[in-house]
Amino acid sequence: MPTTRKKTHRTTPAPKPARTRSKSKGSRVRVLVGTRKGAFILSADAARKKWDIKGPLFAGWEMYHLKGSPVNPDRIYASQTSGWFGQKIQRSDDGGVTWEPVGDKFAYEGSTTTHQWYDGTQHPWEFKRVWHLEPSLTEADTVFAGAEDAALFRSNDGGKTWQELSGLRSAKGHLWQPGAGGMGLHTILLDPSDSNRLFVAISAAGVFRTDDAGKTWRAANKGLKSPYELPDPDAEVGHCVHRIALHPSRPGVLFMQKHWDVMRSENGGDSWTEVSGDLPTDFGFPIDVHAHEPETIYVVPIKSDSEHFPPDGKLRVYRSKSGGNEWEPLGKGLPQRDCYVNVLRDAMAVDSLEPCGIYFGTTGGQVYASANDGNSWAPIVRDLPAVLSVEVQTLK
Amino acid sequence: MIRVVLPAHLRTLARLNGELQLEIQGTPTIGAVLDALESAYPVLRGCIRDHGTLRRRPFVRFFACQQDLSHEPADTRLPASVAAGEEPFLIIGAMAGG
Repeated sequence: MPTTRKKTHRTTPAPKPARTRSKSKGSRVRVLVGTRKGAFILSADAARKKWDIKGPLFAGWEMYHLKGSPVNPDRIYASQTSGWFGQKIQRSDDGGVTWEPVGDKFAYEGSTTTHQWYDGTQHPWEFKRVWHLEPSLTEADTVFAGAEDAALFRSNDGGKTWQELSGLRSAKGHLWQPGAGGMGLHTILLDPSDSNRLFVAISAAGVFRTDDAGKTWRAANKGLKSPYELPDPDAEVGHCVHRIALHPSRPGVLFMQKHWDVMRSENGGDSWTEVSGDLPTDFGFPIDVHAHEPETIYVVPIKSDSEHFPPDGKLRVYRSKSGGNEWEPLGKGLPQRDCYVNVLRDAMAVDSLEPCGIYFGTTGGQVYASANDGNSWAPIVRDLPAVLSVEVQTLK
Repeated sequence: MIRVVLPAHLRTLARLNGELQLEIQGTPTIGAVLDALESAYPVLRGCIRDHGTLRRRPFVRFFACQQDLSHEPADTRLPASVAAGEEPFLIIGAMAGG
């Protein structure tokens, strides 16, 4: 297993960025932070300098993810979980001021199927928790939940009841195997141009796509290389995908931070090519896309899978303005010595103000924000519990 | 009336302060207390026992009168002093995590 990998890179010409900028005057942002011991809501005006911090909400519970509805931003869904007391889903209809528990029965459809276990035997699917909630782009009462053990659930009644989209497990689910952190469905991407198309990513199974609103699924992992984990270079499933992202103006172009390697797809996941380029290490967890520039992407390189902290103790986001391959470090305002935190896969987000705001949280409890495309950073808050997830809402 | 003490996380979830009291119809058993508790506070369903199987969650324990009742069957009668409301039935988050 490599400890770090540095690569030569090829050059990709930078396409002219699309400009779909929103007016920032009068806008504000609301950052939803899930941590190991509660949730926090951080709010600011468009300048993003002076922050109001509310929390902890659900103190003591693991808050894996909170996300607001694009249709009704005051509708926020939250995954509240505990190794002791199980799974709860909370819903707010007033922007996080008050919350109500909704449905938490996540029952796998049909007969119990099995997946690969660490010793090579088959193991039955067991629900553990919800890693990620993805509200519909068009219906405030529709929301998707990504679960461990890996499955996709949908609610059409605001989270009161949940139904599994069980066709996903038919995509060679018997070959899926948990990673060290569990077998979780951690990313759900909804195609804004086609309501029947969804992408999900599962650790450690890979990317899957449906083109019929979740009835049938197929693996979308061609071109991924995982030589240390999967001897078969053409393995359809089993890839340790950490995160995928897209820009809503070009939903066929996908970006991926894999366990090792940063990848992109030009064809909705039909095939992938590596764009790690000149990153100091191509291991990491989150990846995100600039709100107004579909070829500008952000990652946080982490030294290795055995040393989950930044190289050289310097916390730096890397930005590519060419959709990969050519990367620049962004460390202004971030600790540049003695920093040994990690940034988890769901802990980065972008707002849609001008300039674009970038946010990320660390396992050390810091939430950093950049109000200028990542050029400089400042902490919003420094001493929260370990941050599991960061989402941001741009409010008019 | 049966007195029940919940762990802090479940009190927060159910929006309760301190211990609560439950009226039990019929024989006061462990299962009857849990049924009455979940009926009065539906948000606690799934937190103490799994949905469906109603098996005790692994890191939840039941105590009463200095006795560990965690492994007793659901139809086990509560101690007389608990049934009489003199002692509480304790639901506890197990000390776990290292």
